[in-house]
Amino acid sequence: MKIIACIKQVPDSEAKIKAENGQINTGDSPLVINPFDEYAVEGALLQKEATNGTVTALCIGPESAKEALKHALAMGADDAILVSDSALNNLDTVGAARVLAAAIQKIGGVDMVVFGRQTLDNGSGLTSAQTARALGWSLLGLAGQIKVEERSVTVERVIEEGRQTVKANLPAVISVVQSIGEPRYPSFMGIRKASKAEIPVWSLSDLGTPFGDDVAAPDAIIKRIELMNPPARDTSVEIISGESPAEIAEQLADKLIAEKVL
Amino acid sequence: MKIFVYIDHFKGEALAASWEALGLARSFGATTALVFGSGVDDVAKAALEYGADDALVADDSALLDFRAETYASTLSALAASSTPDLILFPTTTRTREFAAMSAVDLNTNVITDATAVEVNGDSILVTRPIYEGKLFEKVTASVKPQLITLRGRAFPKPERVAGKTGTITKVEAKTDALTTVEGYSVADVGVSLNDAGIIVSGGRGASNNPSLQPPAGLDDKQSEIWRGQQGFKLIGDLASTLGGAVGASRAAVDAGYVPYSTQVGQTGKVVAPDVYIACGISGAIQHLAGIRSAKMVVAINKDPDAPIFKVARYGVVGDLFQIVPALTEAFKKKLGK
Ligand SMILES: Cc1cc2nc3c(=O)[nH]c(=O)nc-3n(C[C@H](O)[C@H](O)[C@H](O)COP(=O)(O)OP(=O)(O)OC[C@H]3O[C@@H](n4cnc5c(N)ncnc54)[C@H](O)[C@@H]3O)c2cc1C
Ligand SMILES: Nc1ncnc2c1ncn2[C@@H]1O[C@H](COP(=O)(O)O)[C@@H](O)[C@H]1O
Repeated sequence: MKIIACIKQVPDSEAKIKAENGQINTGDSPLVINPFDEYAVEGALLQKEATNGTVTALCIGPESAKEALKHALAMGADDAILVSDSALNNLDTVGAARVLAAAIQKIGGVDMVVFGRQTLDNGSGLTSAQTARALGWSLLGLAGQIKVEERSVTVERVIEEGRQTVKANLPAVISVVQSIGEPRYPSFMGIRKASKAEIPVWSLSDLGTPFGDDVAAPDAIIKRIELMNPPARDTSVEIISGESPAEIAEQLADKLIAEKVL
Repeated sequence: MKIFVYIDHFKGEALAASWEALGLARSFGATTALVFGSGVDDVAKAALEYGADDALVADDSALLDFRAETYASTLSALAASSTPDLILFPTTTRTREFAAMSAVDLNTNVITDATAVEVNGDSILVTRPIYEGKLFEKVTASVKPQLITLRGRAFPKPERVAGKTGTITKVEAKTDALTTVEGYSVADVGVSLNDAGIIVSGGRGASNNPSLQPPAGLDDKQSEIWRGQQGFKLIGDLASTLGGAVGASRAAVDAGYVPYSTQVGQTGKVVAPDVYIACGISGAIQHLAGIRSAKMVVAINKDPDAPIFKVARYGVVGDLFQIVPALTEAFKKKLGK
């Protein structure tokens, strides 16, 4: 089975991020593979093992995003492709989905595309469904478990109300959640292989015409007008103490009742 | 301005966040509720009582189970023929998926997780969190219809006016399914984390009561799960006394004390209760990512240096196995339960 894992590179989740003069300042925090996409790579590798298949990691991003792709290679992906083009600097999720769909078509013969639940930076969780729609393939979203049989795939979807079992024919687009399994650590051999890997870079012109005949790349439909830091929180904590748990509990209950938050 | 509000429901039970969306829409102008499913007349009637002026209902056995592709096609057809300016949705696992697809059909895009929406004449400005709530951005869409999913509990829920009516019009359902739903295992989650005004959450500390002896015959892993479940019993008692929901840290979920559906944080749920009571949770940055919108945090932790105290309004340095049951008793007494 031919499997694609779509990954993005983002600032580490520990990063201190500030809005400064209308720009995003991520300080000196490292760029890493989007944590949700580590689960996507893990989910893809589990299916590779179950079906004797291959995994290709696919990313749209700047040259530096090769590092995120190398992480996927070190985890066990067979190869990686970076789509990089200055015309793609202003993509929103629909644009990214159209580019990913075009890249997936160009790769050809793909059976399954695995996405993370959402990105840490933009965090919209739209790209998987939009790529499925652009390809005309089914979407099996928020999978906690994936099972392939012949040409069909069944997933257990983790939804608000519990779990839902959904089935579709291949090829299919799947997004995964944490229940898929802990992402494996890169092996020593994997890291060596990844460090030597030559990652091909595709430009927009390599992808045919994903945006129609004479459109180079679409402008993002959603435009940012303003960037803001969150309102400062009153973070002074009042520690409740007392002679006994009962006394502490009494006091705390009185405070919360007085705050009218219950 | 022509406004549609999609009423999300699960098996005919509308989500409270759907009414929040209706309330917001009504503050902008005349509002049409959209209801998709099978046998969903009651949902449409409730939408009218919550403030919709009228309702469009796609009722078809093929829509009984939510499937992103059929719901998207149904919405796209409706939007193409009725040309609304604005379509609001509550943010749920379902709406994210089918609004996303519909946006592709309609050559527009979706603004997710809105915490504020301003309408100025023709322009619609939306505030939403990015970078896990470390920043907010104000955005607008350059094309119509503008699709916006609203963050739960960010907008007030309108009063229900019993008996208020309006026109309910049947519309065509699209049934171009690519997937089949084989079944559900629906957890009885009690109060949903999304709607909860009060959340009591437990972490790894929930298993740390050395004086409890697990039943004989359990291996180490099973013993730890058993221990964790004892802690979560106390947490559940407090939650139900307060009419709240139970949440958990990832450590508690990974260790198997409680299911993933309860996980709060970066890879779990983002919640926005009035009060979040964290018991035996250290306050890792990935956990805090889920509770930035909580109006007030209360922390109960043995370790006075636990980072959770940095975001808490009230704190107790102590053993949750003593404090949590005492708190349940105190509330029972004071709230007359
Ligand atoms: C990519 C990524 C994503 C993640 N996503 C999430 C997420 O979505 N949600 C999440 O929660 N975490 C997430 N994490 C994990 C996070 O980093 C922490 O490991 C986790 O939150 C710790 O859970 P905890 O606070 O329960 O456990 P610990 O950090 O072990 O803290 C346990 C606390 O309990 C206290 N304690 C112990 N016994 C008692 C007692 N008897 N009474 C009172 N207090 C007691 C201790 O003092 C301690 O502070 C993520 C991590 C990564 C790398
Ligand atoms: N630039 C990108 N390159 C490759 N995959 C991406 C990119 N952006 C988003 N994705 C995938 O789409 C998922 C959802 O992203 P988003 O819709 O931005 O929250 C991510 O978890 C990735 O799997």
